[in-house]
Amino acid sequence: MTEETSNEATNEPSTRVPRRRWIAILPVVIAVLLGGVFAKRLADVKDGLDPTVLQSVLLNTPVPDLDLPPLPGRDRVADGIKTKHLKGEVSLVNIWGSWCIACLAEHPLLMAIQGQSDVPIHGIAWRDDPQASLKWLGRHGDPYSRIGQDPISEAAIAFGVTGAPETFVVDANGIIRYKHTGPISPDDWSNTIQPLIEQLRQ
Amino acid sequence: MHRYIAASIAALIFMLGVQALAVDPYEVLEDPVLEQRARALSQELRCVVCQNESIDDSNAELARDMRRLVRQRVTQGDSDEDVLSYMVERYGDFVLLRPQFKPQNYVLWFGPFVLLLCGAVVVRQYMRQQKPKTPTPLSEAEQKELAALMAETNSESAGDKPS
Repeated sequence: MTEETSNEATNEPSTRVPRRRWIAILPVVIAVLLGGVFAKRLADVKDGLDPTVLQSVLLNTPVPDLDLPPLPGRDRVADGIKTKHLKGEVSLVNIWGSWCIACLAEHPLLMAIQGQSDVPIHGIAWRDDPQASLKWLGRHGDPYSRIGQDPISEAAIAFGVTGAPETFVVDANGIIRYKHTGPISPDDWSNTIQPLIEQLRQ
Repeated sequence: MHRYIAASIAALIFMLGVQALAVDPYEVLEDPVLEQRARALSQELRCVVCQNESIDDSNAELARDMRRLVRQRVTQGDSDEDVLSYMVERYGDFVLLRPQFKPQNYVLWFGPFVLLLCGAVVVRQYMRQQKPKTPTPLSEAEQKELAALMAETNSESAGDKPS
């Protein structure tokens, strides 16, 4: 073999190499992009994002039509929840039940909010026996302004609720401005919900 | 032996009988046409507390209440679309077990085919590479060398021929 021919043999394929290399790099590029997406998502979860929580599609829409009966035996003059009760001032709507353990965990904070803030908290007693609701409130305290019973999930489905507790911030025009899934923590209250209420009141 | 076969068949028949249904008898509508529609709709709707189970299959209380609502709406004269959109307005597209065919979901619908196409391109590229290339013709110098070698062997074999 002469020098000349061996050169030709290597030169010929080398003209096609760039294209092939591009194809070879493609999987790596895809893997890196996917990895980036996953890493971002994992970082979000680490920063407190709960992937099982669904963003409510009801944000910035009016509260649903409600006509929930009062809790019999509760010694408040005004009770039961109708749509009109959620208009006129900023309020919280809390879905709870005496059967719900996470609601019990959240309860002391609701009591504290009721004590320190003048924002009304309306409670929807979801799928609960009225006697059990009353007993629970008697034992742990009653932070609610109004309570409406929701024995067959009418209000829960209308609010797109998937589990208790869930809390909605409703503005003075009866528009849903925020949804919190799960028990509110003191941080959620002081960092997110309370500032939002102040902002909505202006 | 026959007795065992008969017993097995009997057991199978009984097992068919106890197939569990999430829908309780008292939920069923009297009008069979409406009930049929309600069942079909329930199979389209996701139980939002159990994930990947329709409300028709689920024993969850919220699923039962959603079934009740579907039946109530169907009885009130809502169309199938009305019922589904009522749920979607509250729970989002997530509540539908079958993803809708719309631009936000195109990746879902077309993604697999795009990936298949990419695979086909890669395979084609690979097959091309494997195909033997037509040999490059010999250079003049090589041809001379070859001719010389051929002549050499020819003369050698001629000389070696046994007489």
